[in-house]
Amino acid sequence: MPMTDKALFKEKFIKGILVSFALSSLFFLFLIFIFIFIEGLPLFHKIGLKNIIFGFKWAPTKGSFGIFPMIVSSFFVTFGALIVGAPLGLSCAIYLSEYSGKKMKMFLKPALELLAGIPSVVYGFLGVIYIVPIVRDCLGGPGFSLLSASIILGIMILPTIISISFDALMGVPKTYREGSYAMGATKWQTIFRIVIPSASSGILASFILGMGRAIGETMAVIMIAGNALKIPTSILDPLRTLTGNIALELAYATGDHRLGLFSTGVVLLVIIMILNYIANFSIKRKIIK
Amino acid sequence: MRNWVLSLSLCAIILLCACNYSPSTGFKHQKKSITLAGSTSIMPFAEKLAEHFMVEHPDFIIDVQGGGSTAGIQAVMNNTVQIGMSSRALKENERLNTVIICYDGISIVVNPKNPIHALSIKQIRDIFNRRIKNWKESDWIDRAIDAVTREEGSGTRGSFEELVMRGEEINDGIMVQDSNGSVKEVVATDPYAIGYISLGIVDNRVKALTVDNIIPSIETIKSGEYKIVRPFIFVLNGEPDNDLRTFILFVLSKEGQSILKKEGLIGAYD
Amino acid sequence: MRINPRITDKLARIVLNTQAFFTVGILVIIILIIILKGAPHINLEFILSAPEDMGRHGGIFFTIIGTVFLVFLSILLATPLGVGTAIFLTEYTKESRFTKIIRFGVESLAGIPSILYGLFGFIFFVIKLRMGWSLLAGVLTMAIMILPTIIRTSEEAIKAVPRNLRIVSYSLSATKWETVTRVVLPSAAPGILTGIMLSIGRAVGETAAIIFTMGSSLRLPMSLMDSGRTMAVHFYILAREGISMEKAYATALILVLSILFINIIAYYIMNRVIAKYS
Repeated sequence: MPMTDKALFKEKFIKGILVSFALSSLFFLFLIFIFIFIEGLPLFHKIGLKNIIFGFKWAPTKGSFGIFPMIVSSFFVTFGALIVGAPLGLSCAIYLSEYSGKKMKMFLKPALELLAGIPSVVYGFLGVIYIVPIVRDCLGGPGFSLLSASIILGIMILPTIISISFDALMGVPKTYREGSYAMGATKWQTIFRIVIPSASSGILASFILGMGRAIGETMAVIMIAGNALKIPTSILDPLRTLTGNIALELAYATGDHRLGLFSTGVVLLVIIMILNYIANFSIKRKIIK
Repeated sequence: MRNWVLSLSLCAIILLCACNYSPSTGFKHQKKSITLAGSTSIMPFAEKLAEHFMVEHPDFIIDVQGGGSTAGIQAVMNNTVQIGMSSRALKENERLNTVIICYDGISIVVNPKNPIHALSIKQIRDIFNRRIKNWKESDWIDRAIDAVTREEGSGTRGSFEELVMRGEEINDGIMVQDSNGSVKEVVATDPYAIGYISLGIVDNRVKALTVDNIIPSIETIKSGEYKIVRPFIFVLNGEPDNDLRTFILFVLSKEGQSILKKEGLIGAYD
Repeated sequence: MRINPRITDKLARIVLNTQAFFTVGILVIIILIIILKGAPHINLEFILSAPEDMGRHGGIFFTIIGTVFLVFLSILLATPLGVGTAIFLTEYTKESRFTKIIRFGVESLAGIPSILYGLFGFIFFVIKLRMGWSLLAGVLTMAIMILPTIIRTSEEAIKAVPRNLRIVSYSLSATKWETVTRVVLPSAAPGILTGIMLSIGRAVGETAAIIFTMGSSLRLPMSLMDSGRTMAVHFYILAREGISMEKAYATALILVLSILFINIIAYYIMNRVIAKYS
C-alpha cells in the first residue's frame, strides 16, 4: 500500500509538532536565562561588577549590593555538605555495589532513593528541631550555623552521590575485579586499587552534582543557617547563602532591591552552569575512555 | 490514537485559555472579590478580619497575601491589589490614601529562661549594633548574645531602625529571619536569643522586656509612655468604591476593632 | 610496618557496613520521628476540614486540593511536551548536533535549582504576564521544572523497547507515527509512567518555586487566577512561623506518606518493566 499524499502530509505535520516540542525545552531554558539576566544585569552595569561580586556590604535599600559574603558562604556550606555527605555516600555506594547481596540491594536502593523524595522543607524543619539545639548546647553559638546547615545538606545530597557513584562502580567491568583477585588481592585491595580508580570520573561527577544540589538548596537552608550577612569566622557562626538571600527578600523587594536579588540569581546561575558543565564533562570523559 | 489526539487537543485548549487569560478578562467571580497584600505583620490580623467579614457578607471573597509593606504599597500603585497593608508610615513619594486601622507595639523579646527583665533603649541599640556581644555585659552569664533581626524591606525592621536604632546600623553579624513568627520561634527555642516582634503575637513562649522602665502593654501604649509603636495602615489608590468601603467600614467598626483588640493590638481611636 | 591486608580487608568491610547502615538509620529515624509525632494528630477531620486561624486549628483540606490542582495541571502540560520530545529524540532523528543541543538544554534545565525557577516564574509569569500570584503561574513554572525528568525517563523507556517490534510494524507497512503510537508507546508506557510518578513526587514536595509564583493564600483556589497554598508550602509556614507544631508534624506526615506512596508505585512499575525486558 503506497503512502498517499495525505498520509505523507500527516507524517510531516506530526514531525513538525514533535520538533517544536523538542525545541520547547531549549526555548524555556532561553526564557529563564533571558529573564533572569534582563533583570539582573542592569545593576551590574549601574553599580559595577566588582562592587557586587566583591562588595562586602548588603544593604539594598541604602544602595549597597555586595554579595561577596554570600558567595563565600554558599561555597562554605557546599563544601561542608560534601565533607559530611561524600564519605557516607561513597561508602554506601561501595557497600551496595560490592558487598551487599541481591536481596539487600533490592531493599536498600529504593530505601535510599526515598531520601531524595523527602521534601527539603521537612529536612530543614527536623534540622531546626533536632540539630540546632544540640549544636547550640554542646558546641555553643546560636545553633543556626554553618555546621548545622552542612549536616542537613550533607544528608540531603546523599541520594545524588549514592546513585551516581553506584552506577559508576557497577560500570567497572567484572574482568578487572577477577584479574585483581587472580593476583591474590583481597577484596578491599581490589576495591581500593582497581574499582575506585576505574570509576573515579563517575564518582567525581556524583560529588559535583551533589555540590550543585547543595548550592541550589533554598528552603532548608534559610530555616537552619541563621542568615546573618557576615562571612562566618567559625563553623558555629550563622551565615546567608545566595539562595537564602533571594528567598528571604524576594517577596519584599521593589526597585533596585529586587534587581539586586536578580543579580544574586545571575551569579548563582553562572556558578550552577559551571558545575553542571564540569560534571557532564567528567561523565563524558568516562564514556570516551 | 484517538486518546492521544484527544489529550493533545485538551492541552492545546488549556494552553490557549492560559494565554488569553489575564486578571481583567479572566473568569469574573460571581462574588465580589477584594485582594489585600503587604506587611506580613498585619497579615494574620487581616486574615482574622477577613474570616469574620466573610461570615457576615457571604457574597464577598477577601484574599489576603503577604509580600511585605513595600511590596504591598507598590502593588496598590500598580493596581494589582485593591488594598495594601503597611506596617510603617508611608514615605513622601508614596502618594496614596491611607487608613490607619490600628496601632501595634514592637516588643523586645527574650527567652523565658533569661532572667533579665529590663533593658534601656541604648542597651538594645548596642546589642543590635554588636557593641554589646555578651550577656555578661547586661549582668547575666558569660555567653554570647544571639540577636535576631528582620530582613531588609520588612516594615517591622523599618520601624525598629527608626524608633530604636535611630540612624545606627544593625550589625551584619546578626541573624536574620523573614517573619514575626520565625523570629519568635528562634527566641522561643534559644535561651540566649533576643529579637523584636509585634506585641500582638507575644505569648508565654517568649518574654517581652521592659524598655526604659516601661512595660509594653496596651495601657502604656495608649498613654504614650511606651514609645516603640507603629501604625498598621491600609493603603488605597484613589477613593474606595462601595465594596471596598464596606470592608474598610467593617474594619473600623466596633466589631472589627474589637477583633483587633482581642489580638493584642491597639484600636485606631484609642 | 605493613598492616596485614586481611586485617585491612576486615576493617574496611566493617567500616563500610556501619556507614551503609548509618545512612539507612538516618532515613529510618527521619521517618520514625515524623510518624510518631504526626500520627496522633491525623484523622479524617484533619484531612477533610478547612484550615482555621492560619492553620492553628482545623485541617488541611484546602492545601490538599491546592496540591492536587497544581500537580495534575502541571503534569498535564509537561507530559505531552516531554514525551513528544523523547519520541522526537529517539524515533524521528539520528544523533546529530541538533539533538546534542536539545540534550544540552534538557540537562541544563534539570540542573537549575528550584529557587531560580521561582525567580523566573515570579518575574515572567507573575509580573510580566500579569498573572499575579496564581495557580496558573505556579502550574506553568512547575511544568517547566518537571519537564527534564519526564523527557529523560521517557527517552530511557522508549529506547528500551526492542527493535524487532518496530521492524515488524514497519514491515506491515505502518507509518512511523502509527508505529510510535501503536507499538512503541504502549510498550514504553510503564517506563513513562514511572517518570510521571517521580515528577509528581517532586512537584508535591516543592516549595521554593511555588511560594513565589502561586503565592500562599490559604483558601480554596476556585479558578486558575486564584492564589493557593500547597501542602508543602503550608507545612513550611506552619513550621517556620511556629503556628502549630502538632499541625506541622501532621502535615509533614501526610506529605511524606503521599510521596512514599508515589515512589513505591513508581518503583513497582519500574521493576515490572525491568522484569519484562530482561
